[in-house]
Amino acid sequence: MTNSVPALAALAAALVGVAIAFAFFVAPEDADQGISQRIFYFHVPIALTAYACFGWGAYKGLLLLWRKDERNDLESYVAIHQGTIFGSLTLLTGSIWAKASWGHWWLWSENQLVLFLVLFLFYSAYFMLRFSIEEGPRRANISAVYALFGVVLIPVSFLAIRLAENIIHPTVFTRDGPQMTGVMFLTFCIAWLAMSVLAYALYRLELLGKRLDSNLRELRELLT
Amino acid sequence: MSQGEYVAAAYGVVFIALLVYVAIIAAKLARLERETAELAELARTRCGDV
Repeated sequence: MTNSVPALAALAAALVGVAIAFAFFVAPEDADQGISQRIFYFHVPIALTAYACFGWGAYKGLLLLWRKDERNDLESYVAIHQGTIFGSLTLLTGSIWAKASWGHWWLWSENQLVLFLVLFLFYSAYFMLRFSIEEGPRRANISAVYALFGVVLIPVSFLAIRLAENIIHPTVFTRDGPQMTGVMFLTFCIAWLAMSVLAYALYRLELLGKRLDSNLRELRELLT
Repeated sequence: MSQGEYVAAAYGVVFIALLVYVAIIAAKLARLERETAELAELARTRCGDV
């Protein structure tokens, strides 16, 4: 596991570089939104990565409750931590895009925006809950149950944009397929892959650090 | 602000967040390195005592 982290980080850096090059030099300018549409190539993949991280955290929580394997607790925690980082980036890039396109930083009338904020705040509260309980199996179990509850919000947040009637947030993926040209869709796919690999590299790196920290603490207790 | 500046701001936010994350991980690695050196010193002292 240790040896694959530098390779993953290098792959993530290369893919992010390719994604930026495609977003700015290959993908054509959107006829409707102009240059501000280029935010889409990072904003949407970041949002999808945040959903994936929260989902992975919930899955690891489920594994903890099911198999009682303590390793899943740390993995669930790190995944949710990654999810909140990508979630805050979704909110920041989304706000900038909204200001550029709609003239507003935030619109409370938009269900998609509000539901994503609810999802983000729900998982932000996970850390308050987790660190208010003493370390041990009780904390691991309560954290896992909380992570599982949050997963319900993911499809609600994702589908809100499609269920809402009065929206200005663009819907790119419909039943008729992606509403963009082939090059735009390719750029989006590369950016999505880049963000997924980046998130996975950061997840593995953070997990490595946390495990090393835990092993050192154990060693210190044995030596003192 | 122009449309181009908004695009630069959006990509800049992601870049800065990544830099901050790397800085945090680097600080953590430095602390772990220090702790490992302390533990190695402690282990050497223990071995010398025996």
